[in-house]
Amino acid sequence: MIDFLQLKKNLKKDYSALKSIRVSLLGDSATQFLTIGIRGYGYEQGLNLNIWEAEYNQIEQQISNPHSELYDSDPDYVVIYISSEKLLQKYNCTKADDRDNFALTQIQLIDDLVDTLQQRISSKIIMYNFVEINDFVFGNYGASVRFSFIYQLRMLNIKLMDSFSNRKGCFIADLSSIQNRLGRSTVFAADNYVNADMPLSLDAIPYVAKCTADIILAAEGRLHKCLILDLDNTLWGGIIGDDGPDKIQIGHLGIGKAFTDLQHWIKKLKERGIIIAVCSKNDEKVAKEPFLHHPEMVLRLEDIAIFVANWDNKADNIRHIQKILNIGFDSMVFLDDNPFERNMVRMNIPEIYVPELPEDPSDYLEYLYGLNLFETVSFSAEDSERTKQYQIEAQRAQNREKFTNEDDYLQSLEMVSEVSQFNNFNTPRVAQLSQRSNQFNLTTIRYSESDIESIGKSSDYASFVFTLDDKYGENGIISLIILKKISADSLYIETWIMSCRVLKRGMEYFSLNIVMEYAIKNGYKRLIGQYIPTAKNSLVKDHYRDLGFTEQDGKWILETEGYKAKKCYIKIKY
Amino acid sequence: MDKETTEILHEINDIFIDVLDDDSIILTPETTSDDIEDWDSLTHIQLVVAIEKHFKMKFTAQEIRSWSNVGEMVEAIINRSKLAI
Repeated sequence: MIDFLQLKKNLKKDYSALKSIRVSLLGDSATQFLTIGIRGYGYEQGLNLNIWEAEYNQIEQQISNPHSELYDSDPDYVVIYISSEKLLQKYNCTKADDRDNFALTQIQLIDDLVDTLQQRISSKIIMYNFVEINDFVFGNYGASVRFSFIYQLRMLNIKLMDSFSNRKGCFIADLSSIQNRLGRSTVFAADNYVNADMPLSLDAIPYVAKCTADIILAAEGRLHKCLILDLDNTLWGGIIGDDGPDKIQIGHLGIGKAFTDLQHWIKKLKERGIIIAVCSKNDEKVAKEPFLHHPEMVLRLEDIAIFVANWDNKADNIRHIQKILNIGFDSMVFLDDNPFERNMVRMNIPEIYVPELPEDPSDYLEYLYGLNLFETVSFSAEDSERTKQYQIEAQRAQNREKFTNEDDYLQSLEMVSEVSQFNNFNTPRVAQLSQRSNQFNLTTIRYSESDIESIGKSSDYASFVFTLDDKYGENGIISLIILKKISADSLYIETWIMSCRVLKRGMEYFSLNIVMEYAIKNGYKRLIGQYIPTAKNSLVKDHYRDLGFTEQDGKWILETEGYKAKKCYIKIKY
Repeated sequence: MDKETTEILHEINDIFIDVLDDDSIILTPETTSDDIEDWDSLTHIQLVVAIEKHFKMKFTAQEIRSWSNVGEMVEAIINRSKLAI
């Protein structure tokens, strides 16, 4: 981990080209180092985090006063740090009889604060949970005494999870897990606490900064979506081509256990919606053998979205995987035990993240846990279907080769799309699509679930959510368009997003037809579109031109009069 | 100044330069936080942590507060290293 001094030195660097985000930090203790750490870590990740730091111990005042500096600071994110050390002081001053209600009282205070914040501003809220302090007044028995501090603290952490899991746009930064990893004696420096009221040591700051920035990055759409795996000595011990399927190490004996545990972790990631791909130097048939027949393999072929085993170089193979998946290299992680392969891939594809796996496979898992590679700010049921969708995509790609004529191919897919407005059922997926889509995204505005809800309710907007199914299966929600009614005759396309899974299917023609139908029916004269370039959305730079819009002062206009519906092979599903 | 003091002074001078990111710092036993621009109560914590790591020793919260100049810091380091032997 990068050390605090280095993070502090980052503050002198040039932030002007980095994405600017406003963060307001409220703490019940001295947070100056935390502020430096978060800003410095942001630099490492390409973020210009402009941090407004509240005065010492002003959480309640800043939140309750509607005219406070907090609200003036107009934050994108509010970060709240209530320390366990202060919590213990409060507990100590609580009458013995009231101590078994301590967690309840505290969560009510927190809920009140967060409620007030959410009523007043739409910022996302990040709050640290509580590191464990055990005063051992009851010894180990404290874990069975309801009113002991450790009992109440653990309960408070659970209540915090209950509260935040029911809130939109609110995220827990898991400080407690950081202390679990580093140890209390590293995280807490008693002298800093006594002299400066700083509960976090300088050595802990980079970890806390990372955990905070990880959440912000994920909320901004910078997340890992795909894990690419080497096989020999990464997923199992030994070399399948030399040792044979019955000699590789996997299962409950010896080092095999480390690989089994790793595979279980990967399987959980797959179930969460991370795309798993294989990239191995092997004969394909040999490499697939364990996935098909080895009784102790946890991962099976159906868990792998794309399986590439050949003798080509890995960078080329990863480029091939990227082409099929159509996601950015920076959303991919490549796991390989071989330092040569790791460096080769890093050199050729610098955007991809390649963990420096420890030499001993028994260390793999704890090392990977510590990296927190797969941060996310949402989860929807569709996520777990993702692998299947990419497998189907690979089938489609094969089938496509049979058709010489594009139209014949599209027709053969028998595509249908269901169109709906924002509603309770699609809110999570819609918000997620806005957070994850980088390429086919005209304006790159990120919406939280609560943003989507309020747009859905507002009469100033019209929203369109599209699914796309074909004879191979369902893709689920793959596109969304938000129209803002800016005048009696003009609709502004605030957002147009499409998943790259369904590129080149005529989906953009279909959606334009639907939107134009709406515009005409409601008496609008024109659609106004805009392309806001980012590092990643050059795919759609000519989107509006291609659809027949004309350029005017940096905006793109399409008149409803004389609009002819675009040809496409997608049927609407009612 | 005896040899030991000079040596330690030299080592913590390097630490000051690194932590405060300022090549122009020249410490003497009489230097106080008033003499160095970025030496405030916050960077003091950083300096102490860096000195503790460098000399592999730990000061008490009381000691850290009591120093009024660099000379007293050096003295504390010498005393602690004697204790260690």
